[in-house]
Amino acid sequence: MAYIAQQFLNMLQLGSIYAIIALGYTMVYGVLSLINFAHGDLFMVGAFLCFLASSKLHLPFYIVILAAAAGAAVLGVTVERLAYRPLREAPKVSAIITALGVGVFIENFTLALSPYPRHVPELLHNISYNFNGLTISSIQMIIVALSVLLMAGLDFIVRKTRYGSAMRALSWDMRTLPLMGVPVNAIVALTFAIGAGFGGVAGTMYAMAFPVIDPYMGIMIGWKAFIAAVVGGIGSIRGAMLGGCILGAVETIAAVALPSTYRDFIAFTLLLILLIFRPNGILGVPKTLKV
Amino acid sequence: MARLYRAALTLLLLLCGCAKEQDNAIHIGVIAELTGDIPAVGASCKNAAEMAVKTVNDMGGIDIGGKKYVVKTQIEDSAGRADQAASAALKLITRDKVIAIIGPNASSGAIPASEIAETSKIPMISPWSTNPKTTIDPKTGKQKSYVFRACYMDSFQGRVLAAFALGQLKAKRAAVLYDVASEVLKGQAEVFKQTFEEKGGTITGFETYTTGNKDFSVQMTKLKNGSPDLILLPTYYSDVPLQVEQARRLGITVPILGSDAWASHDLLGLCGNNCEGAFFSSHFCSSSTAPGVKKFVDDYNALYGSVPDDVAALTYDSFGILFEAMKRAAKPASEDIKTAIQKINGFQGVTGNITFHEGSGDPEKSVVILQIKDGDFRWFSDIKP
Repeated sequence: MAYIAQQFLNMLQLGSIYAIIALGYTMVYGVLSLINFAHGDLFMVGAFLCFLASSKLHLPFYIVILAAAAGAAVLGVTVERLAYRPLREAPKVSAIITALGVGVFIENFTLALSPYPRHVPELLHNISYNFNGLTISSIQMIIVALSVLLMAGLDFIVRKTRYGSAMRALSWDMRTLPLMGVPVNAIVALTFAIGAGFGGVAGTMYAMAFPVIDPYMGIMIGWKAFIAAVVGGIGSIRGAMLGGCILGAVETIAAVALPSTYRDFIAFTLLLILLIFRPNGILGVPKTLKV
Repeated sequence: MARLYRAALTLLLLLCGCAKEQDNAIHIGVIAELTGDIPAVGASCKNAAEMAVKTVNDMGGIDIGGKKYVVKTQIEDSAGRADQAASAALKLITRDKVIAIIGPNASSGAIPASEIAETSKIPMISPWSTNPKTTIDPKTGKQKSYVFRACYMDSFQGRVLAAFALGQLKAKRAAVLYDVASEVLKGQAEVFKQTFEEKGGTITGFETYTTGNKDFSVQMTKLKNGSPDLILLPTYYSDVPLQVEQARRLGITVPILGSDAWASHDLLGLCGNNCEGAFFSSHFCSSSTAPGVKKFVDDYNALYGSVPDDVAALTYDSFGILFEAMKRAAKPASEDIKTAIQKINGFQGVTGNITFHEGSGDPEKSVVILQIKDGDFRWFSDIKP
């Protein structure tokens, strides 16, 4: 029983990190119909900013996480301004290739500065609580709680605020919107800032949970989060959250039930099957509410 | 006129000097991974090779059959690639006429280079290659007679780890997590499992992951569920800190054991305090107090400003073995040197006592078990085969 509960906690931790990263993919896609393949690398930059802020500047935890989020957000907006905005009217394929190129650029830029794996110091002292063989670490709890808080906050912004309704309107019709007096470029920049900022927070949380970071860490995680976003229904915010949790659950269950070598193989097979039956993802019904 | 005469005489003497030195020099080829994926390995190998040769030449060279010879080395880059290692070996043998080759270190390069050395009948010693195919011809299953190595093999390491776990750590139940994408580590894990079970132990969990994974919490929870006395992690040093940290976070307090893949000083920085108390098997211990080791470490540090790693130590021993064999050979010929290497018995190297047996290129030597203590690698025990 304790064993199953323990694996359930592992599942929640993994799922919530996937969900936070998947949100970045889904928001950008919702607004611009662009798959921002550089998002995994923004996540990596978040982890490196966390490393810099904690090991070099010795800042406290809440400032570290804000710095990582702000740094990643600034980078996200810069990338949008310099690389994606000039291509907004270009064919989608060009924009996707640009996104891939930006990702490789960010990886190699970090690689040139810091090619070796780095150890992130303990940001918060970890306390493990033991209940009848079930071990709960405070880091796990913080990660899950923070993710839930962020997701609830985003859901509120998108559904209840003026900026949120501007984002949703943008995803419906980008051409008509300026006629209504909505500053399109500012809203797109805001979307990138929130998505990339979430990536930065996810990078910090990841570095807390798995404190060895390297410049290529964003690639695999980025793919998985992208798949989580597609499974949930790309463009749908609640879908991204759901997709992250599903992917985390499938991976954990596959590794528990079968030898762990088959983990990714089983997980991705199941996701492919799911997509055959629901090509738009679970919540991504066409013409539904988008960001 | 007198001046011109003197100049001509000096020139003549110089030429004679050069010619004489040529006659007195023996050439040894070195193949190292100077560029490519593992440049740190190549750099250590090159440093140790230059130091070993300098030490011998400073003592007036090497005495073969009653005649002094100066040692000259030709260092070639393999770039960590199989094709380039093979062409480097060919170049050293045909163009530079070397009488022996040290290297390549990585098995991927050592295997093709060994084929060339074998067919050209030039003795080759690989310092670091642990793959059986380096010294054994995979087609015929026979030992290559001109190819040697200075390190022990993976299967031997797996057996020693199992003996250490049962004997010195008194573990009855062991759990294993290893990187399935690495042939070397998979081999270590499988041999450990087999030996541990043969000797009466129980394997409570045998889990895998692939290179690049960072989240091991699922596997660790599975391993914890089997309540082992010991966890074996034959994994690369960059993964070790995450695995140990996640194990500790889940409340796993049993001893942790690793293999030679841990042996990088970067591990200490990446681990923080988490790896304190863990054991691993290695080729070499730089903090050993044995006199030969201390002198080697001090000299290396004085020359290059860093502590030698296992590649440096094994390269130094490869040269030690070669020089020892040359001293015993009747003349500086490849055939004589090869026969002399096969007869090396109890050579006192910095990585331990090395003995070769007739018909095998794999040495018999002890394994060093190190413990991580007070933020450094400390010698724990030597395990004899």
